[in-house]
Amino acid sequence: MIDLQGYGPRLIEGAGVTIQLAVLSLILAIILGLLTASAKMSRSWFAHRLATLYTTLIRGVPDLVLMMLFFFGGQIGVNMITDWLYYSFDIDIFVNINAFVAGVVTIGLIFGAYMGETFRGAFMAVDNGQIEAGKAYGMSDGLVFRRIRFPQMMRHALPGLSNNWMVLLKTTALVSVIGLSDMVRVASEASKATREPFTFMIIVALIYLLIASVSEWIFARLQKRYDIGYAEAD
Amino acid sequence: MTAFMTWLENQLAENSIFTLQTLSYYGDGLTTTVQLVFLSLVIGLIAAVPLAIGRGSKHGWIKWPIFVYTYVFRGTPLLIQLYLIYYGVVFVDGIQETWLWVILEKPFVPALIAFTLNTAAYTTEIFRGAIKSTSKGEIEAARAYGMSPRQTMRRIIIPSAFRRALPAYGNEVIFMLHASAIASVVTIMDLTGAARFVYARYYAPFEAFLFVAAIYLCLTFTILYFFRYLEKKLLAHLQPQTS
Repeated sequence: MIDLQGYGPRLIEGAGVTIQLAVLSLILAIILGLLTASAKMSRSWFAHRLATLYTTLIRGVPDLVLMMLFFFGGQIGVNMITDWLYYSFDIDIFVNINAFVAGVVTIGLIFGAYMGETFRGAFMAVDNGQIEAGKAYGMSDGLVFRRIRFPQMMRHALPGLSNNWMVLLKTTALVSVIGLSDMVRVASEASKATREPFTFMIIVALIYLLIASVSEWIFARLQKRYDIGYAEAD
Repeated sequence: MTAFMTWLENQLAENSIFTLQTLSYYGDGLTTTVQLVFLSLVIGLIAAVPLAIGRGSKHGWIKWPIFVYTYVFRGTPLLIQLYLIYYGVVFVDGIQETWLWVILEKPFVPALIAFTLNTAAYTTEIFRGAIKSTSKGEIEAARAYGMSPRQTMRRIIIPSAFRRALPAYGNEVIFMLHASAIASVVTIMDLTGAARFVYARYYAPFEAFLFVAAIYLCLTFTILYFFRYLEKKLLAHLQPQTS
């Protein structure tokens, strides 16, 4: 068998960090994406502009640069705010930005922009008559969203969502650069220590492929679920 | 307005970060980034055309290896691929005695290899999709004219697939520009590398990274508009007609 030279448990821990990071940032990205999509579709000029600015800026700058900006700049920014709070209002708090939070926030912010585009397209694909019918039944806006718009929107959003998830998963590898012990970090430390880069990097690559394949399967099942009632139509 | 100008002048005079020295770092970084991205895109594009055709081959021994290649390179992070090639190349037996070592020793070539392999995999799949979506009628028409499969490929399928692949390929180019930031991890002084250097030297994350972000943004928009222009030119026959 492959000799991991004692790095096995740390690799598994690293894989855990990768998965946690990916799932948490996915959740944040979905929330931000829904907000962005509704801002873009809203009649408010300001909300529309703000959302467009957000998606344009985020999608025009490399992930790694944004990550470093948030991670290195985030601490200084937070310190500036807490200093100001201390001098102006005598409120003494100390906030330490840790790499994990910085990672989740950055990846969530980046993919929120991409999700926004996905969701916007999906929401627009839902027939207006459906929403009117819901309103005619006396449903509130929230209820229309939960029962009609969201489930039907998901059918159109899932392919894009699954695409974004795959890219997001691979983007998590970048957090190793800002010092978070995900599996890439563990593997690169192990390769340097043991001088066997092939063993560790290939194992990590295989874990990524495994996660990707499993999520592909999950997305296929979800798609089937949300396609209910459309199977014959397509 | 004059107040603003004097304010701006003062700001620039007091500026200790964006001196000529640091701006030259960014300039060199820009050159490196553009070289790296351009070279890997061109080589990747050239490699992707035969790969995409082979990917649709009837023969399993051609089709499957290409499928595995694209699956692996699209399914794993570029950072891993870069590490594998950058750290791995040292361990190829006897390579340090050959002339290859002179170029492989520096991080530029390993990074170029990793980027090329990565973009070739994505581009192959983009072309593959475009080739597959060629309408049956076009191929049948070509057959009816007596073209051989090879001629059909060269004259009919490839030119129209290229055009259809253009929007997706534009995205890939932008993706590659952004992915190239990873080069800074293996000590290449590209744009991001320059920003990291300036950050480390002056401990000024906002100035260093926001400035580089603005440069990337400009590059992204340049690529975006270039591809929009190309699409307008090459896909003119697919646009809705305006009277």
